[in-house]
Amino acid sequence: MTGKRIKIVENILNANDQIALKNKNRIEAAGAYSINLMASPGAGKTSFILSTINAILDENVQIGVIEGDTAPVTIDSDKISAAGMPAVQVNTGGQCHLDAVMIEYALDQLPLETLDLLIVENVGNLICPAAFKLGTHSNVLISSVPEGDDKPYKYPNIYRGLDVLIINKIDLLPYLEFNMDYFRKGVEMLNPDLQTFAVSCKTNEGIENWLAWLKMRISRK
Amino acid sequence: MHELSVTESVLEIACKHAQKAKAKKVTDIYLVIGRLSSIVDDSVQFYWDVISKDTICEEANIHFKREPAVLVCLDCQTEYTLEDDLMPCPKCGSAKIRVLSGDEFNLESIEIER
Repeated sequence: MTGKRIKIVENILNANDQIALKNKNRIEAAGAYSINLMASPGAGKTSFILSTINAILDENVQIGVIEGDTAPVTIDSDKISAAGMPAVQVNTGGQCHLDAVMIEYALDQLPLETLDLLIVENVGNLICPAAFKLGTHSNVLISSVPEGDDKPYKYPNIYRGLDVLIINKIDLLPYLEFNMDYFRKGVEMLNPDLQTFAVSCKTNEGIENWLAWLKMRISRK
Repeated sequence: MHELSVTESVLEIACKHAQKAKAKKVTDIYLVIGRLSSIVDDSVQFYWDVISKDTICEEANIHFKREPAVLVCLDCQTEYTLEDDLMPCPKCGSAKIRVLSGDEFNLESIEIER
């Protein structure tokens, strides 16, 4: 018996990344723009998606939604379906994040060819979703002000990989001790010049700026 | 945490390369993990002991090599090593920084017996 060292150098998540690339090609070929929407539980992911759907409902934009949850419930996908858009619920079986394989499966359940926009609502979690590519065009994080102004400092990894940051529930700012400068300084150190929209899904404040950004991305597809 | 899926991927990659090299047994696995990649060593080892049973990798030792994170200041171009999770440029204090390295997450090599 002889011992031998074999050099490999392969990214541990390579298998996931390969499938993410396949997903991306599929979404591209269908001509849709796609978003991986991440946030902690209760930040307002589903409300934000519903606000987006409702705001562009009469503009003939087809939006498909993949809802990731750790438990076998259809609470979120039911809300999307009620708003008149196709939705697929993915149950991760207790896992803390969505991965590319789950998206591959979910894409089969959606009328992909008819979609202009695909929104993937990731599992509520600020750690694990950051590590797994899904194949979407952009990573969007919702940080809601009741969560506190220290989140960029506590969960730096998720902020590093972002394309857009949504600061949600700004209607609650008068009632909270949320230091916006401190929050933004943390974000700046992790992701300089990050595209940021401060919104309230309750009052619709700021939503139009987000929509303008989104529509521009959709129209380029 | 997602250590289970990570550990499964490590096993898959190691077995694939071991079989290609016609190994009888894998004795050691070397991982290179950057400072910015979050992973808990003990947790990987725990899952490893369970899922590597009855595979060519059973009883292989996992070695973790940590790589530091290197950042560059976009204002004064100073390169520096990250010590806290969030650290402005130590020279000019700017918060405009970019990650140069530190997000490695690789299976670097395996040691096999034939």
